Amino acid sequence: MGGNSDMKLIDENGIRIDGRKVDELRPIKIEAGVLKSADGSAYVEIGKNKVLAAVYGPRECHPRHMQNPAKAIVQCKYNMISFSVSDRKRPGPDRRSVEISKLISEAMEYVVFTENYPRTSIDVYIEVLQANAGTRCAGLTAAAVALADAGIPMKDIVPAVAVGKVNDQVVLDLNKEEDNYGQADLPIAMIPRTGEVLLMQMDGHLTQAEFDKALEMGVKACHEIYELQKDALRRRYAIVNGETEEEPKEPAEDVNEEA
Amino acid sequence: MNKESMTRELVLPGDLLDAGDMKPGEGTYVHDGKIFAAMLGIKSVKSNFVNVIPLGGRYIPAPGDMIIGKVIDIGPSNWLVDIYSPYPAPLHVNEVPWRVEFGDTARYLGVGDTLLAKVLSVDETKRVQVTMKEQGLRKLQGGQIVEISHSKVPRVIGKNGSMIQMIKTYTNCRIFIGQNGRIWMDGNMEDMVHAMRAIKMIDEGAQTLKLTERVKEFLESVYRKEE
Repeated sequence: MGGNSDMKLIDENGIRIDGRKVDELRPIKIEAGVLKSADGSAYVEIGKNKVLAAVYGPRECHPRHMQNPAKAIVQCKYNMISFSVSDRKRPGPDRRSVEISKLISEAMEYVVFTENYPRTSIDVYIEVLQANAGTRCAGLTAAAVALADAGIPMKDIVPAVAVGKVNDQVVLDLNKEEDNYGQADLPIAMIPRTGEVLLMQMDGHLTQAEFDKALEMGVKACHEIYELQKDALRRRYAIVNGETEEEPKEPAEDVNEEA
Repeated sequence: MNKESMTRELVLPGDLLDAGDMKPGEGTYVHDGKIFAAMLGIKSVKSNFVNVIPLGGRYIPAPGDMIIGKVIDIGPSNWLVDIYSPYPAPLHVNEVPWRVEFGDTARYLGVGDTLLAKVLSVDETKRVQVTMKEQGLRKLQGGQIVEISHSKVPRVIGKNGSMIQMIKTYTNCRIFIGQNGRIWMDGNMEDMVHAMRAIKMIDEGAQTLKLTERVKEFLESVYRKEE
């Protein structure tokens, strides 16, 4: 957030430096089930962002003192790989990634039916392979798909998107330049069906009118991303011929008798 | 389409299942009087209940389940059994078919031993207890173990045990299936390889059509070659 900057990021026709309109998302690609060893996984590309998410669990919670006898805990780990940004990032957790991990954990804990798996932990690992602004939103989008892919019961799939203010205009899904030289950044994650907001942060300043407009744009974009997330999962679990062969049922009692 | 008929409809978390008079079953939740899917799976309607049959996920023990466990730790009066689930299960000396002196547990079951057991009880915090005090439950000696997703177990068994019966007849292996997704088998080395391949086929193609026929074809092809 550069604050006041003379940099012209939107031209007279309302076109941004990457050719998008103010209310246009970057191209999005979502794939579910990309990792074999994880219980669930997803790969998300939003513009130049490339994010991989893996879910393990529910599994026995370690360390023991973090177990909750009433519900499962969701532990997210957001990590940026050293080559994800143009200046090599020093590997390991830092203030920023610890904050984002906590935010995503809390957002996910709200949608997952944690009470179904007492004393366990559900671990979500988010690796940012390439960053270009909006990685926490891309990470959360990927994490939600990975959780669903892992067969974990949850209220809904969660999409996330950032809205911002650039050259005194409210714009959707900031890219790197807009994020660096823009005036405000507002990441939003929500449950599309109910409109509940799970994550919202604001960097910079927005007037009430601008905020309302930003939220409206964000909600609309979240619904678009939501459809893409569902589409990714449907592609992964496409049913051949869409017909049942035999109904899954309770196993016959005598199956384990020796023949 | 008939409401009771079985269509293979894939549902995702948050999908609306029913807004009418049906009752919420497994894998669903209710919000504002409407029923939504809580997990990814196949929608199924049974006697006015909407259920979601999961396609994956971990095994969660339920009382009465026949399971295959591995001993991972030994205490003076119990063994700790890994049942391929997030919850380890203690097996108390009172729940084994032998008379075990206090502190003498290691003589009967050692770490790494495999056993066929039954889930005795599961409490609200998912504390599990298993038992071996029932006919047919015992330590499994020799053989090999295959692990598959617990949600595919009904597929491996097939309708009235048809699938597993077929594999048993072709391969001549002794096979036990645990509800937790562990399958134990013993027999000829080559036969076991074929049985394992067949089970892997079912695990990978559980959602596909004509699975029984394909597995049968596979078994027939390998056994014709050998003759």
